Amino acid sequence: MSEIISVKNLVKKYDNDFIAVKNLSLKINQGEIIALLGPNGAGKTTLISTICGLASITSGSITVNGLDVIQDYRKTREIIGLVPQELALEPFEKVINSVKFSRRLFGKKNNNEYIEQLLTKLQLYDKKDNIIKSLSGGMKRRVMIAKALSHNPKILFLDEPTAGVDVELRKDMWNIVKELKNEGVTIILTTHYIEEAEMIADRIGIINNGELLLVEEKNKLIKRMSIKILKVRLKKSLKKIPKKLAKYKLKLIDDGNSFNYYYNIGKEKTGITSLLSDMNEIGINLFDIQTEETSLEDIFVKIIKD
Amino acid sequence: MNLRGIQAIYIYEMNRSFRTLIQSLVSPVLSTILYFIVFGAAIGSRMENISNVSYGAFIVPGLIMLTVQMQSVNNASFGIYFPKFIGTTYELLSAPLSFVEIVIGYVGAATTKAFSIGLIILATSYLFVTIDIVHPIFMLFFLLLTCISFSLLGFIIGIVSDNFEQLNIAPMLIITPLVFLGGSFYTLDMLPPFWQNFALLNPIVYLISGFRWAFFGIGDVPILTSIFFILLFTSICISIIWYIFKTGYRIKN
Repeated sequence: MSEIISVKNLVKKYDNDFIAVKNLSLKINQGEIIALLGPNGAGKTTLISTICGLASITSGSITVNGLDVIQDYRKTREIIGLVPQELALEPFEKVINSVKFSRRLFGKKNNNEYIEQLLTKLQLYDKKDNIIKSLSGGMKRRVMIAKALSHNPKILFLDEPTAGVDVELRKDMWNIVKELKNEGVTIILTTHYIEEAEMIADRIGIINNGELLLVEEKNKLIKRMSIKILKVRLKKSLKKIPKKLAKYKLKLIDDGNSFNYYYNIGKEKTGITSLLSDMNEIGINLFDIQTEETSLEDIFVKIIKD
Repeated sequence: MNLRGIQAIYIYEMNRSFRTLIQSLVSPVLSTILYFIVFGAAIGSRMENISNVSYGAFIVPGLIMLTVQMQSVNNASFGIYFPKFIGTTYELLSAPLSFVEIVIGYVGAATTKAFSIGLIILATSYLFVTIDIVHPIFMLFFLLLTCISFSLLGFIIGIVSDNFEQLNIAPMLIITPLVFLGGSFYTLDMLPPFWQNFALLNPIVYLISGFRWAFFGIGDVPILTSIFFILLFTSICISIIWYIFKTGYRIKN
């Protein structure tokens, strides 16, 4: 996949000397969905703001489609759509007029057919003549997306698009994002919801304190960082872990009737075979075994804490 | 140049006025009619002519200036402040629009509205008084320049304001007193000598004088001085806006 956004050594320092982004570098490929995870104040929105032109850059450079976002701002902004975190809409405007306004701001001719298709896709068509303030929060969020897509962008920034929306709408949003990806749109998503990143992202970037801690393909990341738990239920309870098994760092639970063994599936050897063999050697019989997987959320918390 | 972008802002702003037609048009015209009735008909009938111009006709340029200056400032300041207030400036800043184009869109709409109201008030004045405009083309030019410069000022006020109170402070506490004391209802030579000199510090004096010269061929100060002041005022406003956009002051993070 070819690179569509390149951020090099980006620093963003505010007037109050707060450094929101610290020497951050990131490459985003065309057609991918990248999810930027991070706690509040991590620098996710600032990063997006600098790329889209809402915030100035202290140092470093950003290119979109090979063009500098400051020198060639017209060409770079033409292919970017932005859905900000806050529901910011003119309350007294009709839905369709608001979407048409956004399209014209980007220098594009009015195209009723495209706008109507867009509204239909976002399930807004029957609300097109409604005044925005009469819409529900979820509908307003859709209007924001329609406005961001009104000029047919190649890149879409979604800054916490599902913050505060119900589960059903969140799943609808995920479907919309997946459809857009299928149409070739590159999507950069910031979110607090790990589940969201897990469901729709191709790559995950983790930001904390203005620094990009890692960027990796989602599946590889989960595989590399995933700790699995082997729960072993014993035929006879144990008072303590025998010396022979100390190296496995087992954790006795359930009054000694079971223990947990933690292993990393990303490593070459899990240690399960040797554990079972050692148990057999010292006469500990198992009654049942089961495994549990860690989620992306566990990985995120571990990376942030480390 | 992103002409469609400018057009989008301009039409959007004009539509906002049509949605609030009573506030945008009826209200200023009604206020001016009341001025005509009170100052022109009631009080004016007992006043002497000023430089062979009836008092009712004499106050017409001042009343038009009073209204267009307030309307220019209010329309332009609200036009840019409201998107700031509801958070939709992100759309302007992330669109392929230069700062000049944004200013043209907002200031263009505010100017159009104020200029139209100025002409409507002029037309309304014919219901009350007879006026022969000595320099009609110059009058239109001067009116337009005044609308542009005060719309630029309004745009600055809208950018620097953090709340609705601040948005109203400059028009209410600075512009209104300056316009009232700028010779809207009198000539400077009607004031005592000290206040005549003091009044010359008021920049609005030069604008009202210039506009009145276009109507009747008379003014408190030479017409070239008035032209100089209006151009100076416009240049100062443009410079401030240029600085605001260059630095992103109160616009960009």
